[in-house]
Amino acid sequence: MSGGTKALVRQMYDKSGENVIISLRQVSKAFDGETVLDHIDLDIHGNEFVTILGPSGCGKTTTLRIIGGFETPDEGVVMFENRNIAEVPPYKRNINTVFQRYALFPHLNVYENVAFGLRLKKLPEDEIRKSVKEMLRMVNLTGFERRSPATLSGGQQQRVAIARALVNKPKVLRLDEPLGALDLKLRKDMQRELKSMQRLTGITFIYVTHDQEEALSMSDKVIVMANGKIQQIGTPVEIYNEPKNSFVADFIGESNIVDGIMQKDFLVSFAGQTFECTDKGFAKGEPVDVVIRPEDIDLVPVSESMLTGKVTQTTFKGDYYEIIADVDNFKWMIESTDCVEVGATIGLSIDPYEIHVMKKSEYSDMFGDYSTFSDEMDTLSSPDIPVVTEVTEDE
Amino acid sequence: MNKKGLFGKLAAAPHILWAVLFIVGPLIFVLYYAFTDRSGAFTLKNLTSAFSAQYLSVFIRSVVYSLIATLLCLVIAYPVAYSIAQASPKTQKILIMLIMLPMWMNFLIRVYSLMSIIGNAGIINSMLKSMGLPELSMINTPGAVIFGMVYSYLPYMVLPIYTVMSKMDTRLIEAARDLGCNSGQVLSKVILPLSVSGIVSGVTMVFVPSISTFYISQKLGGGNFDLIGDTIERQFLLSNNYNFGAAISLELMILILFCMTFMNRFSDGNESGGMIV
Amino acid sequence: MKHLSRIYTLLIFIFLYAPIAVMILISFNSSASTYVFSGFSLQWYKMLFHDADSMAALRNTLILAVLSSVIATIIGTLAAIGLNSYRNKYLKSGIMLITNIPMMNPDIVTGVSMMLMFAFVGGLVGSRSSLGFGTLLIAHITFNIPYVILSVQPKIRQMDKHLSEAAMDLGCTPFQTFLKVELPSIMPGVLSGLITAFTLSLDDFVISYFTIGSSFETLPIHIYTMTKKTVRPDMFALSTIIFIAVFVLLVLSNILKVDDDEKKRRAIKKQLKKAEKTAKKAVQ
Repeated sequence: MSGGTKALVRQMYDKSGENVIISLRQVSKAFDGETVLDHIDLDIHGNEFVTILGPSGCGKTTTLRIIGGFETPDEGVVMFENRNIAEVPPYKRNINTVFQRYALFPHLNVYENVAFGLRLKKLPEDEIRKSVKEMLRMVNLTGFERRSPATLSGGQQQRVAIARALVNKPKVLRLDEPLGALDLKLRKDMQRELKSMQRLTGITFIYVTHDQEEALSMSDKVIVMANGKIQQIGTPVEIYNEPKNSFVADFIGESNIVDGIMQKDFLVSFAGQTFECTDKGFAKGEPVDVVIRPEDIDLVPVSESMLTGKVTQTTFKGDYYEIIADVDNFKWMIESTDCVEVGATIGLSIDPYEIHVMKKSEYSDMFGDYSTFSDEMDTLSSPDIPVVTEVTEDE
Repeated sequence: MNKKGLFGKLAAAPHILWAVLFIVGPLIFVLYYAFTDRSGAFTLKNLTSAFSAQYLSVFIRSVVYSLIATLLCLVIAYPVAYSIAQASPKTQKILIMLIMLPMWMNFLIRVYSLMSIIGNAGIINSMLKSMGLPELSMINTPGAVIFGMVYSYLPYMVLPIYTVMSKMDTRLIEAARDLGCNSGQVLSKVILPLSVSGIVSGVTMVFVPSISTFYISQKLGGGNFDLIGDTIERQFLLSNNYNFGAAISLELMILILFCMTFMNRFSDGNESGGMIV
Repeated sequence: MKHLSRIYTLLIFIFLYAPIAVMILISFNSSASTYVFSGFSLQWYKMLFHDADSMAALRNTLILAVLSSVIATIIGTLAAIGLNSYRNKYLKSGIMLITNIPMMNPDIVTGVSMMLMFAFVGGLVGSRSSLGFGTLLIAHITFNIPYVILSVQPKIRQMDKHLSEAAMDLGCTPFQTFLKVELPSIMPGVLSGLITAFTLSLDDFVISYFTIGSSFETLPIHIYTMTKKTVRPDMFALSTIIFIAVFVLLVLSNILKVDDDEKKRRAIKKQLKKAEKTAKKAVQ
């Protein structure tokens, strides 16, 4: 261990009062000269459902593999219960994994798959039998012991994979996009089941996904990653309501992100108007990014409005309408239960607590308004370009 | 870090050692013997004397015979491979097994039973005789040698072509028909270009054993039509002239390497150009 | 068109099988001619089983084939696994290039080059006849290894990468991972490599011819020596027996394989039907 590493470890001991199971400090990793992880700091606590969320290539899978021991970081420290395990191979870690596409052993039946880890620990046969039976009951697969994995449905294979990992009673369970191959309905059911399993067992779950809805609905804590860096760590509510930068705001849910200027504490101007807000602590006249969620904008009569816009598109979404409105050439997205006609002029109103002000970041200019999508539609439907019509199910 | 660790790295070690000792090693000895005389002194005489009129004609004969045999195999095998690939999956399995089965028969015995068929007192001639037709003298001719090559190595041509064809996406053929190809055009514009890789490996698998054979020419050619293989065999097992034998072997290797490079360029060109004939 | 292609294929099969039919017929010949069939008898089969030379050759061939194919399978399988974990592309393709030399080179060159090396090394040691069972075994292992690697490699490539990781995740050391997970998943490739190696060794004449020496014979060499003189139908009888044995083996393995495939297909069908039912229920 180098001197620098020692200092890092000492620093972590100081803070480790509160049940931290896994800590990553200044962890970096590059593949073929390309940086995948850029000095990551991360703490994971006991009995916690943590989700690492980000687009593909953001480094979330690499982070998970480093925790599991399948990759060794180029730099930094990985602590597991106050022990540096950066160089410890996976088979010596008390961590188990539910793999993407399950990775069930095709030459073993369901029972033997689940018993695999216990066999390696050389437990007595009757103990193994008891644990496996119990685990299969928990995942609702009693009676499937002799079946081969190839004959099971996707959902069933998923349950076997979970049982195979959990039966070893690990301190931490890693889940690498485990629901990616399932259809929507099954996904929802499994999300609920995973959540209740985590509550039941008290094992820390580290869950990797690119699906923001999944992350918000299951997790105690969400870690948002992009470009090999952690963008924000927080509870789902924090992440959604108080995104740290425009990447997080754009990635989680729908959002209107506009350029603004902070006039003073609790006063921000954007779209040519000045608004009251609840944010403070910015310099006077500091350029900022302002986030307003589509569902937080109210439709009001033009006479009472703060902003007025022209409706360019309305889409029925079931329980609400999604409206795109043009306000001084900036396309806003609004979600409303009222239906408005395309071409109509509408008034918009935003309450102070619905406005979220963020510092400018490297992502500031990457996420604009909702015009690109509608422009594309315009060119596609212009008469001089042949339009490929899809057959709808009604016919 | 390599997750396989030491085990993964060491697993290939026995093979690498073996390959260096028994694949690279012997080839070095071929080079050594080819460039030295009996006393061990350096010489080019072995290599140049292979180009004397006597041996040059052997080389040319070998190339010509094996090229004809390869071409005949291709012409005969292609339709067979195609029609097997058209059959139902179960029939395909049986037919391919039947194509492979003769290769499990001892090669020497197969050639020998060819003698029983085309020999002067063989089955064909006795049939002709019983029908009152004039007898043919077929054995001990160049034709008999080429016939022997075609018979012996035909399965090697059918198999790779069939493999490529059976893996071909049938939707491509349907797409070609959909775009207006008739059966002949489907064959020439889609199936043939897509089966080039099978043809190339089939040609290699027939050409290499044909050009280096010595048993076929001895039995069916009556020893009158020496091929490269016969010359090499004689140098090693009769005249004990290892140096000259090594030189001819080296030249045979270079010849084959040359032919295969040519073939590969031909097939690459086809893949990028997408054209044939 | 369809009929034409069928007739053509039939003709080719007749062409391929005519000499074999002739061989089987003549093995039952009552005279010693390999040209004229003069009547049915089993005398050549009887003679064959009483011929000590042929039986010794058969035994040698089987011992050689078993030893060389097993050793080649072990070395080749390990090599395929090792090569798969190499990151350096040039090193990997360099090794594969050398590995494939015995497959690409004409057998006669492989045989001759080994003979040269054995003769030279034997000369150094001072023994007059350096060729024998040892050199023959080395030669057979050498030409078998590439075929084993060739049949194992695709299975390794097909293997789900996560399987090995899952095994380590559950506590396997790298070696246990190999034994418990990797080897079972590549087993079909290993077995087919073993069978290919076994039959190649059984059938090889050319390479054996140059590396065997004069102390003993394998079956192909024995047949060659016989065909140098006049062949009696007992060699045809021997070949007929081998042919029939191989035929039965092939048919059996095919039946087993078909059975296996059928089982898998049925299981998948069952699964599909179930899925359909649940889908229908969901719609209702």
